[in-house]
Amino acid sequence: MDQLLINPDYPHILSTLIFLPLAGAILLLFVRNEYFARYWALGITTLTAILSIPLVIAFDRGTSCYQFVEQVSWIKSLNIQYVVGIDGISVLLVMLTTLIMPLCVLASWSYIKTRVQAFMVCLLIMECAMLGVFMALDFVLFYILWEAMLIPMYMLIAIWGGPRKIYASIKFFLYTLAGSVMLLVAIIWLYIHNGYSFFIPDMMWQNYSSSAQIFLFLAFFLAFAIKVPMFPFHTWLPAAHVEAPTAGSVILASVLLKMGTYGFLRFAIPITPEATMTLAPAILWLSIAGIIYGGFTALAQSDMKKLIAYSSVGHMGFVTLGIFVLNTAGVEGAILQMINHGITTGALFLCIGMIYERTHSRELRDATGVGKHMPIFVTFLTFFSLSSFGFPATNSFVGEFLILAGTFEHNIWLALAAIPGAVLAAAYMLRMLQKIVWGGTDNPDQSWISDLNLREIVILAPFLFFVFWIGLGAEPFINIIHVSVENLLNNYHGFHNQVAVVTELITQ
Amino acid sequence: MQFLPELTLLGASLVVFIASLRSTEAATTRNLAIGLGAAIFGATLLSVNQTGKLFFDAYQVDLFSQVFKMLIAGAMLLVLLFGQALKGIPEKIYPEYYLFLFISVLGLMMLVSSVELLSIFVALELSSFAVYIMVPMRDDSGKFRFQMEAGIKYLLFGVTATGFMLFGMSYMYGLTGSTELSVVITKLSTMWDNPAAVIAMMMVLSGFFYKLAIFPFHFWVPDVYEGASNETTAFIATVPKLAAVALLIRLVSLISGDGQVIVNILMVCAIASMFYGNLSALVQKDIKRMLGFSGIAHAGFVLLGILTFQITGYANAIYYIVGYVLMNLACFLVICSVSKKGENVMIEDLSGLHKRSPIMAFTLAVGLFALAGIPPFVGFMGKFMLLAGALSEGYLLIVILAAVNTAIAIYYYLSVVRITYCSGPEERGVITPSILTSVTSVFLLAIIVFMGVSPQSFIDYASTAVQTIM
Repeated sequence: MDQLLINPDYPHILSTLIFLPLAGAILLLFVRNEYFARYWALGITTLTAILSIPLVIAFDRGTSCYQFVEQVSWIKSLNIQYVVGIDGISVLLVMLTTLIMPLCVLASWSYIKTRVQAFMVCLLIMECAMLGVFMALDFVLFYILWEAMLIPMYMLIAIWGGPRKIYASIKFFLYTLAGSVMLLVAIIWLYIHNGYSFFIPDMMWQNYSSSAQIFLFLAFFLAFAIKVPMFPFHTWLPAAHVEAPTAGSVILASVLLKMGTYGFLRFAIPITPEATMTLAPAILWLSIAGIIYGGFTALAQSDMKKLIAYSSVGHMGFVTLGIFVLNTAGVEGAILQMINHGITTGALFLCIGMIYERTHSRELRDATGVGKHMPIFVTFLTFFSLSSFGFPATNSFVGEFLILAGTFEHNIWLALAAIPGAVLAAAYMLRMLQKIVWGGTDNPDQSWISDLNLREIVILAPFLFFVFWIGLGAEPFINIIHVSVENLLNNYHGFHNQVAVVTELITQ
Repeated sequence: MQFLPELTLLGASLVVFIASLRSTEAATTRNLAIGLGAAIFGATLLSVNQTGKLFFDAYQVDLFSQVFKMLIAGAMLLVLLFGQALKGIPEKIYPEYYLFLFISVLGLMMLVSSVELLSIFVALELSSFAVYIMVPMRDDSGKFRFQMEAGIKYLLFGVTATGFMLFGMSYMYGLTGSTELSVVITKLSTMWDNPAAVIAMMMVLSGFFYKLAIFPFHFWVPDVYEGASNETTAFIATVPKLAAVALLIRLVSLISGDGQVIVNILMVCAIASMFYGNLSALVQKDIKRMLGFSGIAHAGFVLLGILTFQITGYANAIYYIVGYVLMNLACFLVICSVSKKGENVMIEDLSGLHKRSPIMAFTLAVGLFALAGIPPFVGFMGKFMLLAGALSEGYLLIVILAAVNTAIAIYYYLSVVRITYCSGPEERGVITPSILTSVTSVFLLAIIVFMGVSPQSFIDYASTAVQTIM
């Protein structure tokens, strides 16, 4: 238990963050007033965001231990605990979640017109489950929240979604659930082989047999690769993104996809290091395939949301690439890129949601040439697009640069194969940007369109702020994750050295 | 005091029998039945700590049996509460309907206390025959007489299964020279290399498999569920399963030594039930048929706990079947409310339920998500503990197959949720459940969540109960 640090100044901060939205949701169940529901949800999410700020301020950057830990026994007979804590890998993701939720509520302010209370209840339950997933240090707690999240997300897509919402929501639910059933078996297997404990840090860096590690890794891989989503498990993503309401798309892109990559970092690498080593090349090349495939498919889309969705496949390919090159630059770049993708793609979905609210169409050709009439909007859109393809001075540049640097260090051919992905990203984003801002000679009449109102500017401004903050001064963000990443990689390489020594002894 | 719940039931049956002799107002009969149901539940609560043996040791009263009697009475009370309108039954035979309901429950209560082959048989038949009559008691408004078909099917399959059982019991007696369960099973445990012993055991098990609807004794399920009135189906789908699990545990827990043969049989039945139930449920249009097939799959899951031969495994099985009964009751509560005149409910009849009655839609969604095994509901915790128990005994393959089944099952549960929440009502009328029904549904929702979030005390209690029979 020496990996756990209890912060005496904030003894219950993590539980507060998890249960405040849940309590808000339960209260909201009994209210039948739409205006109240909006303000209530905004209030609760804002309060959660404010309460989460001490996490970064009081976060000890010099240790790789889990901080702000809370530990209570939950189900004694199975030795399941309620134990939460965050380290450098999860702290930024927690912050991303808490900060993005008020903006999601704001973005749904006028977009959601029917059954507002139920929508806000779903959003609040989502927030509770997402925060819990990033904080859980008990595998059962993690799995419960990981699965429980499916219900509100399914509802968000299935009730407030677009025309093909039923197909999209069922596909989303089935894909994710089918992926995670084997995770459950893996969890139980680990529990039995770890002296009947579900405590995640206890499961790490153990000497499971090679074949067991391979099977465990495959179970993890199936669950997390579907969530990321990695090529070829990505087909649910465009459908879900396209049909989800704006807030749903933002949550999906910014937070849900990160759970897959977070799972790789938190579980796959530390629990099955040997299998990671064996299977990493395959995953690296799958990542490359995802980058190239996502890029080309995005280039061919006429639906703006689909375009962004496929660009997500490409961007997440960069993240898994960075994770599995397994060096400091790569992994740090990957974590940073997870945040960057959350910011940039979330913002792009919001932008498209704003256009959709005006034109009621996601088709690129219906949105051409709005630049003249919506100058503020296209300014935002331009910056976010530049950020999306990693233009220098924006956030994604730092992340992608680190990932590519790490990849070069690992294998030069792999890095060369990833480069076209960056070019493709520029191609499809600039194509979209050009059409939206200027269009061609056959633009539809857009003169009736109104520019962003104050609420919409308030939604987008924080995103832009972070785009430039990370783009120009990524140092504080790297600092907060650095020690945990170093610790992870040291353990990983230490584990393999140890195994090498043992094998050498045996052969002698 | 030891026999109090059974006596109360008998008294209750007599009271409704007297009511059946004169013409009684329908509302009076219904209120009377609910009152009697509550009294029976109270009697089981009072006698929960009784122990002792009755009738020349053929009838054992211990914590295990008393807990199950309490559960059976509780489930029956819930069925009475939300099925109070009794839409599917002609008004003039209400007293007779309740009479047979109580007699069937009496049989089930006797079953959980029986520790002797003949008393098991008598109790099982008492409970079965009463239900055989309840099935065709449905209002024949459509003139299709499909309740008769269901009744006949139920009877024929039931009689066949009990025939097997009786045949198996005769083998058991022949092999061991006793009819006392503890003696019989202990002796049988030493002779698994003798095919006659295995066959005898299989045949006796088939009687319980029939009650629990385990493959290959499941054939009656879809037709009977469809043919019986909604309230009767709610009863058949839940209460007898509790008793069947109780007796199955009593029987299996006595097996000592190497019972690998029995484990293998149970394993094959479990896997076959899961796959058969889930795959067939995928294509159903009638929600009762769908729940019937899903029940077959869930019975397979229960076997997963029993075949571990461990106290924790039995406790998990009890926890799971109680959870299953609650989740199923939540679904049937909605079916009974949605059905206007007691007709069957097609899945598409649930369209737009969220607009027609938000509380019913919510109850159904929670019930179905719980059945599908999504946390934080009781279905997930039960499934999780069953899988953990089976895997710690080393049954990796069956655990993987069971996990695969979870993924299959989610599709049909989700389709129903989709219909209730994502489609318009299309001129289907508003449903206003009675206050009693709403209160029952809130109670069910609360306990489904509570059992899922904090299972510890329930598991402990189930373990204590199981320990008394080990």
